[in-house]
Amino acid sequence: MDNHHDRHAAPVLNNAVPVRHPGRWISAIIIVGFLAAFLQSLFTNPNFRWDVVGTYILDTKVVQGVVWTLFLTFASMVLAIILAILLAFMRQSDNPVFRWSSWTWVWFFRGTPIYTQLLFWGLATVLYPTIVLGIPFGPAAITWVTSDPTHGLIPAILGLGLNESAYLAEIFRAGLKSVDQGQSEAAEALGMTKGKIMRRIILPQAMRVIVPPTGNETIGMLKTTSLVLAVPFTLDLTFATNALANRIYLPIPLLIVAAFWYLLITSLLMVGQHFIEAYYGKGVDNRVPAAVNPAAAKAAAAGAPSAEAEPDLKMDFPEEEAK
Amino acid sequence: MTITPEKPLVQIEGLHKYYGEHHVLRGIDLTVNQGEVSVVIGPSGSGKSTMLRCVNLLETISAGRISVGGQLIGYREVKGRLHDLKTKEIAAQRREIGMVFQRFNLFPHKTAMQNIMEAPVQVKGQSKTVARKRALELLDRVGLGDRAGHYPNQLSGGQQQRVAIARALAMDPELMLFDEPTSALDPELVGDVLNVMKDLAKSGMTMIVVTHEIGFAREVGDRLTFMDGGVVVEAGDPREVLANPQHPRTKEFLSRVL
Repeated sequence: MDNHHDRHAAPVLNNAVPVRHPGRWISAIIIVGFLAAFLQSLFTNPNFRWDVVGTYILDTKVVQGVVWTLFLTFASMVLAIILAILLAFMRQSDNPVFRWSSWTWVWFFRGTPIYTQLLFWGLATVLYPTIVLGIPFGPAAITWVTSDPTHGLIPAILGLGLNESAYLAEIFRAGLKSVDQGQSEAAEALGMTKGKIMRRIILPQAMRVIVPPTGNETIGMLKTTSLVLAVPFTLDLTFATNALANRIYLPIPLLIVAAFWYLLITSLLMVGQHFIEAYYGKGVDNRVPAAVNPAAAKAAAAGAPSAEAEPDLKMDFPEEEAK
Repeated sequence: MTITPEKPLVQIEGLHKYYGEHHVLRGIDLTVNQGEVSVVIGPSGSGKSTMLRCVNLLETISAGRISVGGQLIGYREVKGRLHDLKTKEIAAQRREIGMVFQRFNLFPHKTAMQNIMEAPVQVKGQSKTVARKRALELLDRVGLGDRAGHYPNQLSGGQQQRVAIARALAMDPELMLFDEPTSALDPELVGDVLNVMKDLAKSGMTMIVVTHEIGFAREVGDRLTFMDGGVVVEAGDPREVLANPQHPRTKEFLSRVL
């Protein structure tokens, strides 16, 4: 702005007495008191058996359990995301058969408990000992016998992934609906085809809405994997620590071991989520222009990859440097 | 104004539009010649935006025909019967028609430059190098050469609308549609956008402009159409219509906005 504040002498600051907040001090004393008492118990209560926690925190079975839990989480989330994108697109398709199928899928997988579904997948080879390819109620073309050589891994991933796809489909649908109608109109007016509008205009903006709840779901999935003993799949973290606890008759220290690992992974996932959110927040959450001035862009036009320059972190607008 | 011989680029004949029971357009006829600036005014709800949106099929046409450059919009006529075009064919028709919206509708996740490059690269298959060079030229043309790297939320409304105009021009359309391009702007930002539009008109672009800017209509318009209640009430040379409106409804409307 202009400099008219310089024309006057410096104003006398008000220096008002701030409002006091005694409640903050009282609540702080109570909470810190409880915290101190709890910390003291951690050190003095012998039932925690920290020595046992120390022994088992890096136990081979436990670490393998961590790896399997991570794998289950990752594989079932990938499956769920692929299915959910498909389901969300189908749900807003012009094709009524797609809309109806998508709705029914979500209705079924969201409407039955995950534990029940995992039990079913575990029993799938009993329920369908053979799969026959042919015309329903008509002749069979190919028949094969079902079996599960993975000892519950595939049923576990299918069970977790299909269940999750129903929840994610709703999250994705909400994300797609959150993008302003004007966006697809503008893209249509430019002559873009439906697929491109979805991929390049709608999805990137929907991601901003989709990522936070999907991160939430991923963290939820990490812990839901502890239910795979229903299949049964017996290598995940919860099963491994339970088995060890049962062997040495000390459940508490092994629960602490399991909790430690779950917390650690959750914390790492939260860090990852933060960066994904920052990426898809560009153009909305950012207030810093990408560092492109005409000279730089002309240079870039000479062959550098693109003008999607990384936003630099200073907060001033680059009018000066643009000149 | 008209350098080229009078040749109709856009022909709207007997256009009707229903939203369910609601009869929004009740038989619109409008012809826009090559290189002409056709300004459409009228009260809110008169159907002027709907008519404009029919021209590039953002609204389906209930009855009547629209042709641009001799090509029927949205349909193929086979043995006297109209057949809907496929979405891909509709997309191809839209490439020839640029559109500027009241609320700009820039892509918020892309910079000004990326907004302009998007369609030439993705739709026309232009190389990024060519598209980037053209985008910079267009940004310069709308006076925003130093804003290439800004995201829409870092630009004022007037700047956003000028980027939106550049974005539409990047496809080299033969017709530009403006849907109340200055209605969402603060008053002091309107002038910059109107100036860009004036320059565009001078360069010979065929334009249909739905607006409340009577001054623009008088100064730049080759033809003025006043719509009310889904019909064309009055049309003619802007200066004549504005100075001497014939129909009582036109008189009433102008007395309120002037």
